[in-house]
Amino acid sequence: MKAGKIRVLVAKPGLDGHDRGAKVVARALRDAGMEVIYTGLRQTPEMIAEAALQEDVDVVGLSILSGAHMALAPRVLELLHAGGQTDVKVFIGGIIPDEDLPRLKELGVVGIYGPGASTEDIVRDIRAALGG
Amino acid sequence: MTTAPAAAVVSGNRLALARLLTEVEDNTAGGREALRELFPRTGRAHLIGITGAPGTGKSSLVNSLARNYRLGNRKRVAIVAVDPSSPFSGGALLGDRVRMRDLSGDDGIFIRSMASRGSLGGLAQATAAMTHVFDAAGYDPIIIETVGAGQGEVEVARLAHTTVVVEAPGLGDEIQAIKAGILEAADILVVNKADRPGVENTERALKSMLELGHPSRQSIRHHGESMQMGHEAMDPDVWIPPILRTVATEGTGVPELAAEIERHAEHLRRTGAWAERERQRLQAELESLVQQSLVRDFRERVKEEQYTKILGDVFRRVLSPWDAAKLLVDGKRR
Repeated sequence: MKAGKIRVLVAKPGLDGHDRGAKVVARALRDAGMEVIYTGLRQTPEMIAEAALQEDVDVVGLSILSGAHMALAPRVLELLHAGGQTDVKVFIGGIIPDEDLPRLKELGVVGIYGPGASTEDIVRDIRAALGG
Repeated sequence: MTTAPAAAVVSGNRLALARLLTEVEDNTAGGREALRELFPRTGRAHLIGITGAPGTGKSSLVNSLARNYRLGNRKRVAIVAVDPSSPFSGGALLGDRVRMRDLSGDDGIFIRSMASRGSLGGLAQATAAMTHVFDAAGYDPIIIETVGAGQGEVEVARLAHTTVVVEAPGLGDEIQAIKAGILEAADILVVNKADRPGVENTERALKSMLELGHPSRQSIRHHGESMQMGHEAMDPDVWIPPILRTVATEGTGVPELAAEIERHAEHLRRTGAWAERERQRLQAELESLVQQSLVRDFRERVKEEQYTKILGDVFRRVLSPWDAAKLLVDGKRR
């Protein structure tokens, strides 16, 4: 369990412009007492990894609805690891087909949430992943 | 440098810098130890405070200002962007980076979002500690962006050598700015979104506010004739806050703003006010640390049941709050 507040970066990589889900999650995490850094739309994996480093976050939440998750998520993880942020927990929300789940988990994604997921579950899973 | 984090920060390791910022923000023992080592290396950076009501375009302005400083890779710029914490959950939604996406990919820029968290003095303290870290790491200038909406934020603005207050047309918030006491803290006033209607009104309101605060500049209408009051306006040692127009999203007026900020820094150095501000800033920091330490000692010393009993006496009106405070602090009733 860390000493200070849980810090989460909520980012939307890729080109789709649907950020409602990301905003709902950002707000739910804030209401759960976390500090949420929201970066907005159309972020490249490089931008996300850099922001995660500068903000020293514990968690990166990616919202991906474009279907490009198998390209974007591995790249974000790769860049985080290359920058020395091996302990950052990555979560994904969006439209992720079941057949992609095992591969994403294997790459190190901690939690994956589709439509209808409850924000309570996300909050609980983040806390559990950080050992609290 | 005997501690690894301090040495890594000085050598330019960005991950170490980010992690140390967290440590000092959380006021950990490790953070304080690194600060002790870094402190002798501080005092070089120009601290620029950018503040103003929500919606005036502060983040966009910081974005274009930072880009301006990066022209020709002249300076490494640090940005501390403060947003309020929710008083209900203690969490925060920090959205300033949304307007700063142009700065991504430039390793001469380091942006750190910060939540105002609990206490009033706590924010100023944490911000001061974070600017020390950036300063020791060689960042100059350090831009501190805050919402100018309360005492805490005004305090943070006062950390800076140069405080820029941002207004925008059509917000109807001139009075709000006066209430928050933010205009008095301004070294430079900016009317952002100057391509919008109403820019003249906002500018006029600011000008009349300034004239109240700086009577040297006052001109009065007497029997229909304009009369200039006083001669101090000619005194080069008196800084009269300039009013500038910008359109931050297009970069309009931003080079001029950077030039005024530089002119203000030169003015401070020439008149000795730079050293005076440094002294005040460090004194304020020291005092708030002393207060914090006294309160902590007090809480450790006074037992819970003693405190509850005395509070109960106050509640039953058999002990006055003044006597109760005295009793708690030095064990005597009066």
